[in-house]
Amino acid sequence: MLKSIGKTLLGAVFVGGVLVPHAFAETSLNALFMAQAAYSEADVRAMTDAFTKANPDIKVNLEFVPYEGLHDKTVLAQGSGGGYDVVLFDVIWPAEYATNKVLVDVSPKITDDMKKGVLPGAWTTVQYEGKYYGMPWILDTKYLFYNKDILEKAGIKAPPKTWEELGEQAKIIKDKGLLKTPIAWSWSQAEAAICDYTTLVSAYGGDFLKDGKPDFQNGAGVSALKYMVDSYKSGLTNPNSKEFLEEDVRKVFENGDAAFALNWTYMYNMANDPKDSKVAGKVGVVPAPGVTGTSEVSAVNGSMGLGVTAVSKHQDEAWKYITFMTSQATQNQYAKLSLPIWASSYDDPAVTKGQEELIAAAKLGLAAMYPRPTTPKYQELSTALQQAIQESLLGTASPEDALKTAAQNSGL
Amino acid sequence: MSGTWMTTRAWLLMLPLLVVMVAVIGWPLVDTIGLSFTDAKLVGTAGNFVGLDNYTNMLSSSNFSRTLITTTLFAVISVAAEMIIGVLAALLLNQQFRGRALLRALMILPWALPTVVNATLWRLIYNPEYGALNAALTQLHLLDAYRSWLGEPGTALAALIVADCWKNFPLVALIALAALQAVPRDITAASLVDGAGPFNRFRFVILPYLAGPLMVALVLRTIEAFKVFDIIWVMTRGGPANTTRTLSILVYQEAFSFQRAGSGASLALIVTLLVTVLAVGYAALVRKTAGSAA
Repeated sequence: MLKSIGKTLLGAVFVGGVLVPHAFAETSLNALFMAQAAYSEADVRAMTDAFTKANPDIKVNLEFVPYEGLHDKTVLAQGSGGGYDVVLFDVIWPAEYATNKVLVDVSPKITDDMKKGVLPGAWTTVQYEGKYYGMPWILDTKYLFYNKDILEKAGIKAPPKTWEELGEQAKIIKDKGLLKTPIAWSWSQAEAAICDYTTLVSAYGGDFLKDGKPDFQNGAGVSALKYMVDSYKSGLTNPNSKEFLEEDVRKVFENGDAAFALNWTYMYNMANDPKDSKVAGKVGVVPAPGVTGTSEVSAVNGSMGLGVTAVSKHQDEAWKYITFMTSQATQNQYAKLSLPIWASSYDDPAVTKGQEELIAAAKLGLAAMYPRPTTPKYQELSTALQQAIQESLLGTASPEDALKTAAQNSGL
Repeated sequence: MSGTWMTTRAWLLMLPLLVVMVAVIGWPLVDTIGLSFTDAKLVGTAGNFVGLDNYTNMLSSSNFSRTLITTTLFAVISVAAEMIIGVLAALLLNQQFRGRALLRALMILPWALPTVVNATLWRLIYNPEYGALNAALTQLHLLDAYRSWLGEPGTALAALIVADCWKNFPLVALIALAALQAVPRDITAASLVDGAGPFNRFRFVILPYLAGPLMVALVLRTIEAFKVFDIIWVMTRGGPANTTRTLSILVYQEAFSFQRAGSGASLALIVTLLVTVLAVGYAALVRKTAGSAA
């Protein structure tokens, strides 16, 4: 008797063992996203809900961290044996992630339709040495936002086309007493400062690296930093910029305390939302200016991609999720805080309606996107440059000396 | 029961703890020491043996000496302030007055909140555009224009120290308060009869009771302050221009942001050694204080 119970139990365990995988065929994916800028957390959740509705056997656990924690969290999870299947990554990381095998090479999975449909500039976000390490998802660059009201009061007819002109217009606004410090930037000791700096380096037509060695300490790199320091010292730039991140810039602009601000796409629709913003309806946007004789406009490639981690046990499901999130349909539906990666989306009235000005700026800006250097040592280079920028602003070193030191400390 | 059995039993009872200690502290420590002699990256290759290179490079770098000075400044000033404010708060809360229970409960709040919440709160208070501190100081006419507290090298470290004190003085106050309540009432009463003033009463009657527990608070706080990371990371990320970068931030950048695990391990061990020296020194001091108080 006891024996037969034992057999039944054993049988039950076996049957159970066979049945369980079928009964719980659900795959659980862990995905890491960013908690500010571009798509909002609510948008990402809504997109993911749509995905799980269409794929009930795949569950997606979402985690959001501030941009400042995204890189380290991804690398740490990898170092400690995994955790995430899908990660959002910045354009500056594929070199490092590819070298250290954080992300999977997905080149074979990129279809011809994808290759043809996605804007060529967007692909540079996910490529390293000719291979694809994910799909571009957030296509972004910094634009020059301006307060139409303040410019009108100052008698300025058109927003600046060159950086020099930006200074002149800011001076008019300051001299007329409309604002004490008309320009806001994100120059905190963080990657945000490098994005503003890169925009200027691109305007002056410079190089970060030449033959793998630092080159920002010569010519355009120095001109770019000098522009920042002059703008800061002349009082045209809000001095608090040196502790601002993008969100601080947005708040200052939305409060009507800046005539000009450099920021990402997402600020356009947020600053035009009367619930949060005092300047709703008065927000103008143009590409970041150029430098006479060198460039018409300037732009930094601030795009981000979605990739599958090398430690993921569900790489096919992860890719399925990424293709959904980056699909034209999904992107067109959520085009308010981040513009689509698909070329034909820009002719779709559903995308352009109500943000024609932004789309016009995007057409010029996205075409001019300038990359930050692709090197596995990017984090070191960036940290050294952040210090150089801050020391120059604080006046503890000249831009020339600060950049020379940064070149020495860049690890390259 | 024989003595040997008692000893054996004691060891047997300790065994699970010893196993856990070796697993969670011993093994990682040995692993870290091994790592510190290599050029290992965080992800990827195991790295090659490089001898003492990591140590000599680190100790001779200007980053290290600069950061060591910043960390020491931060630790010494914030711990000193926390001790003084903590004892004063404890003396106040030891008095009989209405609302004392409520005040005691409120005081513990900053210490009970997660550091990240504290840090975010202080970031808002210090906000250069809309912060409460700027608003208060300008309204009181102590300041004629808003200032960037966390953006200036002259004020950033001080601002961080204030935030750290606010969070951590309650711990000192609690320990001191507990000790104060152990002071026998007849002794304080007797000192009153003998005509001791408030200062002498504190110095000669109350302080001996406080010395031991305060020493413990001092050790705890110094070690914590020396390892400070989160409050600074959230508020300044080491800026402006690295003037608030502490040793723990340097370790973090080296090991995780730059992924140089070997070099990061050597730095982590240097910090561990410094903290150990501090702890041992203090422990000797505690024994001395406890001995003289007894």
